[in-house]
Amino acid sequence: MIDSIRGANLLTLDGLSREAIVEVLDTAESFVEVNQRAIKKVPALRGRVVASLFFEESTRTRLSFETAAKRLSADVLSLAVASSSVKKGESLRDTITTIDALGIDAVVMRHQSSGAAEQVSRYVPHVRVINAGDGLHQHPTQGLLDVFTVRQVLGERSGTSGAETGAELFAGLRVLIVGDIRHSRVARSDIAAYVALGATVRVAAPGTLLPEDVASWPVDVADDFDEALRWADVVGLLRLQHERGSGSFVPSLAEFTSTYGLTIERARALAPGTLIMHPGPMNRGVEIDSRVADLPSAVIARQVSNGVPIRMAVLYLTLAGSERESGL
Amino acid sequence: MSTSEERQARQRGLTFLVKSQLLTSDDVARALRRMAHEIVEHHHELTDLSIIGLQRGGEPFARTLVSLLSELAGGDVPLGLLDVSFYRDDLSLNPVPDSAMTAIGHDLTGRQVVLVDDVLFTGRTIRAALNALMDWGRPRSVQLAVMVDRGHRELPIRPDYVGKNLPTSLDEAIVATLEGVWIGTRAAP
Repeated sequence: MIDSIRGANLLTLDGLSREAIVEVLDTAESFVEVNQRAIKKVPALRGRVVASLFFEESTRTRLSFETAAKRLSADVLSLAVASSSVKKGESLRDTITTIDALGIDAVVMRHQSSGAAEQVSRYVPHVRVINAGDGLHQHPTQGLLDVFTVRQVLGERSGTSGAETGAELFAGLRVLIVGDIRHSRVARSDIAAYVALGATVRVAAPGTLLPEDVASWPVDVADDFDEALRWADVVGLLRLQHERGSGSFVPSLAEFTSTYGLTIERARALAPGTLIMHPGPMNRGVEIDSRVADLPSAVIARQVSNGVPIRMAVLYLTLAGSERESGL
Repeated sequence: MSTSEERQARQRGLTFLVKSQLLTSDDVARALRRMAHEIVEHHHELTDLSIIGLQRGGEPFARTLVSLLSELAGGDVPLGLLDVSFYRDDLSLNPVPDSAMTAIGHDLTGRQVVLVDDVLFTGRTIRAALNALMDWGRPRSVQLAVMVDRGHRELPIRPDYVGKNLPTSLDEAIVATLEGVWIGTRAAP
């Protein structure tokens, strides 16, 4: 178990202890306040250089990371892969070595291959590597901002501030994750975070969209989707990932929607107060009915806005006290 | 006993070994009352006064000063709390400090600010606090009140209101709370 991400890479949420996750959430709480100020900037990472390397399309994660780095006063090098030497066939290792030669302190990386971030962390051991999504493996900051959002909303309901509660609100919390579990790095990170914090997690999906090794995961598989919806305190939806070929795992999108989509009828049958979450981008009308996405119990916009403070916390904790610095 | 100094020491795996108690809780209360009177004496009008406590060690002292000053002024003196973690210059030397909340509910532009901290040592926390404060507006003036001034300044910073001047050696440590002031040493547990 890793008890803190201070000065470490953030490649996966697997193996992070409850304390490590709570530390990120509490730090993010301070950054929420920074983001509400007139001057939304602190000098914490002044002089540090953060490279953002997105080998796969992304708007919100990339913008959110770059905003986070800038609000910490770090310099941001942003590699647009589409117009870079990667298109000319440069290897991952050469790309990283070249960028490292410019003098960087951290890499925020998204890649279509599982394990790419870990690979890079071996190429440049003196640089902190933050995984912004690798293939089907992990998307740690999404997992963190999801549990952060849940803690924030439940904290507001019970009239406590997040930092006071630690992980208390997660004890016995019932979380249902629905949809394309097989292709979802978000599901893998979410599950790791919820389980570490003490929540109970069920997954619901057509058999074809469940990973083959689901039996070894710390979750139960729900047999009856509608029963599981009534059971849940939090319903986490996942995007059906066409680009990873999810379409061929279900007979038709319409059938997926009618069996595992959160339709307006299903949303109305939820227990009052059940939170509806989605990591975005949504396929409105597929995994989530357009009207459901706009219900007050859907906290999707909040997930997006919490992305910045969570990523500030991750950059701050991983970069401060990093090896390169402590050698000075 | 929970001051910023102590928490940082704990993070470095050190504990505080008490040598002796220098001030009792009564002494601390008396010193705070005197400081409140000094602040009133200096400011006459308390209408544009803001008390800003530094997280976390300065918070209890700031709260006490605010209630004393509100009594003396016959009106509410606004309190703010400032966390300077993200403004520190020693992130690379020290582990990441525990950040606490900054809560300043009013615009500081044009206000006469008194920063309040528990122990004044190198002056680096105050340097960070001044930078942080400027992100919240442009105060008309900024003064500094500390419970203990232990010397060893590394920056040209001096307090305006002092509870107690305590000459110390560098290897000594001070813990100051509303319950009293102690001198001791840091040691690995």
